[in-house]
Amino acid sequence: MSTGPRLRLPGERKDGAQPDLHAEHQILNMGPSHPATHGTVKFLIELDGESIVDLDVQVGYVHRGFEKECESRSWYQCIPYTDRLNYNSAILCNLGFCMAVEKLLEIETPERCQWLRVLAGEISRLGDHLTRCGASCLELQAMTPFLYGIEARELVWDLQEMLCGARVTTNYVRIGGVKHDLPEGFAAAAGDLLAKVRSLLRDFDAVVTRNRIFVDRLKDTGVLSKEDCIRHAVTGPVLRAAGVPLDLRKDEPYLVYDQLDFDVPVGTVGDNYDRYLVCVEEMQQSLRIVEQCVDRLGALGPGPVDVDDPRVRWPAKGRVFEGMEELIQQFKSVTEGPKVPAGEGYLAIESANGELGFYLVSDGSQRPVKVRCRPPSFLNLQPLPLMVRGAMLADLIPTFDFLNMIGGECDR
Amino acid sequence: MDDCASPLLRRLLDTHGSALHATHARLGDATAIVKPPALLEVMGFLRDEPGLEFDMLLDLTAVDHLGEEPRFEMVYHLYSLARNHRLRIKARLPESEPVVASLTGLWASADWMEREVFDLYGIRFEGHPDLRRILLDESFEGHPLRKDHPKAARRPPVEPRQA
Repeated sequence: MSTGPRLRLPGERKDGAQPDLHAEHQILNMGPSHPATHGTVKFLIELDGESIVDLDVQVGYVHRGFEKECESRSWYQCIPYTDRLNYNSAILCNLGFCMAVEKLLEIETPERCQWLRVLAGEISRLGDHLTRCGASCLELQAMTPFLYGIEARELVWDLQEMLCGARVTTNYVRIGGVKHDLPEGFAAAAGDLLAKVRSLLRDFDAVVTRNRIFVDRLKDTGVLSKEDCIRHAVTGPVLRAAGVPLDLRKDEPYLVYDQLDFDVPVGTVGDNYDRYLVCVEEMQQSLRIVEQCVDRLGALGPGPVDVDDPRVRWPAKGRVFEGMEELIQQFKSVTEGPKVPAGEGYLAIESANGELGFYLVSDGSQRPVKVRCRPPSFLNLQPLPLMVRGAMLADLIPTFDFLNMIGGECDR
Repeated sequence: MDDCASPLLRRLLDTHGSALHATHARLGDATAIVKPPALLEVMGFLRDEPGLEFDMLLDLTAVDHLGEEPRFEMVYHLYSLARNHRLRIKARLPESEPVVASLTGLWASADWMEREVFDLYGIRFEGHPDLRRILLDESFEGHPLRKDHPKAARRPPVEPRQA
């Protein structure tokens, strides 16, 4: 038996006292472009070993001056900018803005247009949730479900492409209408593609929902209680995961949501696993809504998709070629853009992330005085330090992922 | 169009009539314009009063009415989860002293939104625990959403920060 001096462990003191490994907190910079986050944001993390002591969330990296830009454009020219807010569900952003302008104009859109808008919006929501769930799996090192999710999103975007000619920046909704009606063969294509999406969702569910590693990383992490959600004005799936069934589609039904049959899933404890389950169920509900819309649009038969209001929509091309009044009207619409009556209005819709509100102020001219977008991502991200304080560094990843912060919308 | 269109406004007028400049319910949005010194009190009342229970401050922003006095206008959108009703509160602030009470003590959601208004409009919030820029860089000069801030203003690229 050796009697020589024992080797000391790193950090162990000469007198044999326990090494104090937690003497100093470490500051860790994460982001603004980090491979384990989908969203451009910087975290300044104070760490005690691997535990998060405190967190400073720094947003603004994708700030492009959305509001300032809109103030110098005509009302119509603002619509493409709204595509770039939440680029995962651009149609919902188009919709929120256009409906807010319609509120100022006091316009009621035709029935067919409303069904088309709901259809397009739910396709968009589906794409958003697929990205959220798929990308979150990727960031938890699960490649296969990510591919299932993204493949399904591609299919959903195929539908979106049929509808508006673009996959991401859709620019589909117009003030007082939509760009155009369903293309030929849309119903058949939708039936086909949605069946594939359902099948992919089943595969996704089989790989992920009861996966031990996945459940362990999500369950009881990132908990945000009901009360804290309300204090922080958190909305959308994050709030519903905490057990509050607030969904503007049900609570303040707009468009034709009151005629649709769908459920609002809620969670119980408000952890990441609940958020995941809520999103997965919302996708099923969106699929149901899309199918109902396709059926209904088929049953409605052809009809106008634009409001017949010369203030906002162009006259039909045939009439422009024949009538002087219509020609002048189109010329003025193109060169000047619509004039919106002076006033203010706030209109909120249920976007994929929560309450997406637009507060518009007009002085009666062609340009808005103020275009405020109430971004759900921004407000949902705010209580992040509360969710991860005291947790492990690794818990930050799923927590941030399931908030689905979208830089374009958060930073505007 | 009239004040009585909304029972919410009626209630607010009855209890805090002297703290209000005006009310309206145009386009269905119940709105009350509050005198800035009474803002905190009115907001506290709206949050705690049974039957009103505005438990969420959904949105907070400002509008620059350049050329008018008072120039700035704070706009708050409240929502009651318990009662499912909404209310808009506004307060006008003078150009010479754009200061208003912070609502962070009432609703935690005010924190970042007040920082954003401070950042983009230069309105200061008294009692805010951490009033610093949020969307723009600390070295940014001016407040870009003010109407007199040129849209085409250029600035040199931000230098990398020394650790």
